[in-house]
Amino acid sequence: MKRIKRITSIVTLIVVLFTMALSFTSCSKEEKVTLNVYNWGEYIDESVIKEFEQRYGIKVNYETYATNEEMYTKVKSGGTAYDIVIPSDYMVAKMIREGLLEKLDFSNIPNYKYIDPKFKNRDFDPNNEYTVPYMWGTVGIAYNKKMVTDPVDSWNILWNEKYKGQILMLDSQREAIGLTLKKLGYSLNTTDKNALEKAKQELIKQKPLVLAYAVDEIKDKMIANEAALAVDWAGNAVCMKRQNPDIEFAIPKEGSNLFIDCMVIPKTSKHKKEAEMFINFMCETAIAKKNVEYIGYSTPHTEVYKLLDEKIKNDKTIYPDEETLNRCEIYKDLSDYLSEYDRIWTEVKASN
Amino acid sequence: MKRQAYSIPYLTWMTIFAVLPLFLVLFYAFTTKQGSFTLDNLIRFFDPLYLNVLVRSINLALVSTLICLILGYPMAYIISKANIKARNTLILFFIIPMWMNFLLRTYAWMTILERNGIINKFLSLFGIKPLSLLYTNGAVILGMVYNFLPFMVLPIYTVLIKIDKSLIEASYDLGANKLTTFIKVVFPLSLPGVISGITMVFMPSVTTFAISRLLGGGQFTLIGNLIERQFINVGDWNFGSAISIVMMAIILISIAIMNKFDKDKEGVNLW
Repeated sequence: MKRIKRITSIVTLIVVLFTMALSFTSCSKEEKVTLNVYNWGEYIDESVIKEFEQRYGIKVNYETYATNEEMYTKVKSGGTAYDIVIPSDYMVAKMIREGLLEKLDFSNIPNYKYIDPKFKNRDFDPNNEYTVPYMWGTVGIAYNKKMVTDPVDSWNILWNEKYKGQILMLDSQREAIGLTLKKLGYSLNTTDKNALEKAKQELIKQKPLVLAYAVDEIKDKMIANEAALAVDWAGNAVCMKRQNPDIEFAIPKEGSNLFIDCMVIPKTSKHKKEAEMFINFMCETAIAKKNVEYIGYSTPHTEVYKLLDEKIKNDKTIYPDEETLNRCEIYKDLSDYLSEYDRIWTEVKASN
Repeated sequence: MKRQAYSIPYLTWMTIFAVLPLFLVLFYAFTTKQGSFTLDNLIRFFDPLYLNVLVRSINLALVSTLICLILGYPMAYIISKANIKARNTLILFFIIPMWMNFLLRTYAWMTILERNGIINKFLSLFGIKPLSLLYTNGAVILGMVYNFLPFMVLPIYTVLIKIDKSLIEASYDLGANKLTTFIKVVFPLSLPGVISGITMVFMPSVTTFAISRLLGGGQFTLIGNLIERQFINVGDWNFGSAISIVMMAIILISIAIMNKFDKDKEGVNLW
């Protein structure tokens, strides 16, 4: 019996200490705000965060994710009170629909005026109440000039027998099925069963030619000359080009996907004002320039674009011309229809 | 009374981290997105498409378990026959690679097997054209065998060193030669180790999704990839949970069958 008493007292002591520690930290929190920023991996120049912390005396707790869905699951479950997240277009639409996002007070974000109007008021946020565009880009074909002799201007080259065992596909159902739909002349947001069935047949036909379906490894494999052709995002292609001068990038003539990643504030945020300060800071010309030069994706910031190196500005990989962009589509949130895409992707992968 | 008090922390731990999640998975598996009871998620799994995925996963896992057994048993036997000092060193060699992160070891195989990798560079010295080694069924099996072999060797080894030497001597005294002694005495006595070895290799092999994605190049969906996608890409937690339940059932059944063979309940049985 005595033992039990002792254990109970120890447990009580621990509980008391814990609550004390908790109340202590919440006290100190009132003096110094901590912002929880949740972003894609390798998608910020971390020195920019340091500058923000120094200038405003706000601590930033920085975490990263690999997919929109991973971020969505965490924000929705509400485990951490994130103040800033950076979802892509279709995910923004989904989060707005589910009431997960806070409307922004644009009077706290004066630098919003620098954002190019062509990225504002898009379908995912028609009246632009929730989002500030962060970066944008396209999906296309990265190829090795020494290994590919044909002109790369169409998705059809990914079905060319000549490159059997040298093609890397993105292991991501929206991208893989989307580009096939584009190749067949459909919208990449289609919910037409017929179109999807045709896309499935095409992908099954392509399977013997594919070396691997991958996401993160594509960059390394292309740099190491392990494959001739790869489907990838433009920003990654920029990275490949820096490290292997034989790599080129093309956006096929049938059109492709255009994505816009936006800074948003989830409803869970406890420091909305500070979060808006952070967004405004990220849109400051000098900061945004430093950031985009580090990441290598395309900036929606008009002033930054003007200041960029001529070489980068004229690089069609990062800043494709208006005409090419018009052929690109933004993903729509397919909600429950997504399971149909997953089924097709499973069928492609399960085929022999 | 005393015992109960000590077990409280463990019981709490188990409830929060094992029982509760299990119930959550069960709940999701048998409900719709709106939360009403349904069997549709389970029925959906018995579509030939998903059954194919299951069969392929089980096949690959069986092949790698068999290879592990063929490689692992002699290895365990040889180590158990060595003198104590050599024995400990050999076992240490087996365990050291496990100190490294599992993904790191798998990534290392990628650089060994790739087209401009170490093996193909070596072969090219003899004028042999580069082989495609990476992104094949063989690469996936190699990855599984490499990663899970210690789980086969260690339980068998533990049982082998515990076998009473006098039984083997008795066998020789009664006129049996080395082979007969092995077949009639040593092997039956080591069966508990073999069985826990098989379970410990089969289970991670059948559910792996990292090895098939990295070394198989995502060419085919295994059951682990299917579950992962339901949770991460599709957001269909109900179907994902239903597949997990089916997997659990399969594993439980295979353990039950295994335990039938292991009548004595001796050795390093995990369960």
